[in-house]
Amino acid sequence: MFYRECGNYKDTYAKDMAIFPIPLDRYGFIVMLILALIVIPLIATDYWISSIMIPFYCFALSAFGLNILAGYAGQISIGHAAFMAVGAYASLILYGRYGIPLLPSILGGGIVSAAVGTFFGLPALRIKGFYLAISTLASQFIIQWVIVHWRWVSGGVFGTVEAPDMQIFGWALDTPVRKYYLALCIMILLITIGKNLVRGQLGRNWMAIRDMDYAAEIIGVNLYRDKLIAFAVSTFYAGIAGSLITFCYYGAANIEEFHVMVSFALIGMIIIGGLGTILGSFLGAGFFVLLPIAINQSLGAFMDVVPSDILSNIEAIIFGGLIVLFLIVEPYGMARLWHTIKDKMRLWPFPY
Amino acid sequence: MAFFFEVLINGLLVGIMYSLVALGFALIYKASDVFNMAQGAMSLLAGLALVGFLEMSFPLWLALLCTVGVMIILAYSTVFFILKPLVARPPLMLFMATFGVMYLVEGIGQSIYGTQAKGLSIGIPEISFEIQGILLNTFDLTFAGLAAVLVAGLVWFFQKTRTGRALRAVSDDHEAALSVGIPLLKAWAVTWVIAGIVATVAGVAWGTRLGVQFSLGYIAFKALPVLIIGGIDSIPGAIIAGLIVGAGENLAEVFIGPYVGGGIQTFFPYLIALLVLYFKPYGLFGKEIIERV
Repeated sequence: MFYRECGNYKDTYAKDMAIFPIPLDRYGFIVMLILALIVIPLIATDYWISSIMIPFYCFALSAFGLNILAGYAGQISIGHAAFMAVGAYASLILYGRYGIPLLPSILGGGIVSAAVGTFFGLPALRIKGFYLAISTLASQFIIQWVIVHWRWVSGGVFGTVEAPDMQIFGWALDTPVRKYYLALCIMILLITIGKNLVRGQLGRNWMAIRDMDYAAEIIGVNLYRDKLIAFAVSTFYAGIAGSLITFCYYGAANIEEFHVMVSFALIGMIIIGGLGTILGSFLGAGFFVLLPIAINQSLGAFMDVVPSDILSNIEAIIFGGLIVLFLIVEPYGMARLWHTIKDKMRLWPFPY
Repeated sequence: MAFFFEVLINGLLVGIMYSLVALGFALIYKASDVFNMAQGAMSLLAGLALVGFLEMSFPLWLALLCTVGVMIILAYSTVFFILKPLVARPPLMLFMATFGVMYLVEGIGQSIYGTQAKGLSIGIPEISFEIQGILLNTFDLTFAGLAAVLVAGLVWFFQKTRTGRALRAVSDDHEAALSVGIPLLKAWAVTWVIAGIVATVAGVAWGTRLGVQFSLGYIAFKALPVLIIGGIDSIPGAIIAGLIVGAGENLAEVFIGPYVGGGIQTFFPYLIALLVLYFKPYGLFGKEIIERV
């Protein structure tokens, strides 16, 4: 009834190119922004803000990075958590040891991560498919080893670097709400850039490579350049996400937080959320962050203290079960469900 | 020099155990184009189940039999509940589905058998002895022999039996195999059962060495470079690459490791793999895919 293209005339090029051409989408997006920017910081408790919303934004950013690589460009990476680690350590070293301001440090974390990611993307020029997927695992193990064994990076045997107090222009980011705003603003900025990347020339090149790389090459896509750019952009996002989650949530860079299981979880997120969609990155990350809490709450109704091993087992079962379920029932993930709902809304109240 | 050979031979013996894990991957990929991320989890489940049955004071042979039973159940349920609805989807989807299987197997296995590390002993003596100054271990030799028997058995099965021939047909071309009347799902189920048995052997071998615990699933990460060095769909490739990786990482750890701080075993196999793939993008023995637009 309200959700339709009818009467929505695109009389300028700007309107034709709009990200949300349908008014209701636009309003919905504005409502979400108001929720995230104003309502949540006002009403949510510190616990919700610092241990649910901040990791949610960071994982969404990282999942979006992986989605660029896997969902848009069709190159699977099973070592993405390691690039988060690179970003985290690089930005902490820049900020804590060299006294570079916070925002350039975070950016620097992303750039270092992108450089490392481009290097590990080099095999993509020669190999593809599962061979490539496994060789990206090399990045995970090599980066882990380097961080632990290179004393200059990790500063000690346990590979832990403490995050110092954060300041922007002398303004201390010490409360959860202020950290929340830091994570949120950077996330919104990067997702906006990312959305425009994937709907432009570059994004279309990526999708052509994903669908059939030989055919893409024949119609003039520069395969090698675009694959490497995909790796660079994707690991840039991972690096920024890693440094944000370390600054705002973990408080210290620890290599254990960027274990290979995190890489697997990121892949799980983009499958459950939806490959090659931005909404999907958010849905998948939200699902992944909220799942342990939801299980804890629902089991908490039956027992006083939920043992951590049972919790992690149930988490694994539900996570695995849902990955399989989504692949069978809805291979394009939760984002496609939302799409179906929109299609229904377009015709409502008529059946077809 | 004797020390060099000792390191080399012990590396080769470990390499055979990597091959065992890689073999499971290669078998399933060959038959169904599925890259099975759950192979490590299957080994973990096999180890857990065996310990579970032994704790119920089953005799060893019965416990092994029951473990194989568990793997058969796992194989059939994976094929019929998960792969059957996904037939004819792109390989990427099937790969992702095995991620789900990995989580499921780990979660279910550990909720049944608990998460604490368990010792596994199946009565193979671990006696060290020396031949011409080279220190060897009966346990390693036993499993190397077992692996050799297993591989010989698999080769015989694939080359000489009717079922083996059917499986080879399926791996060559799914549709052609279907059209000559080979039941695809049944063939897949048989492959998964075989991979399950291989996973059991690997799980027992590694479980006895390292103890049965969550990290047992991680031996898959050692087997993956083995797999791509040999070529994903090649059984002899898995064996030879396993030997290369085992020897290579052991030599590197002993002779290069001290200079860079040790612990390079975790990633050295991947370096070898990247090097090999640079020259041969489909591994040493993998089938080259010729693509047309």
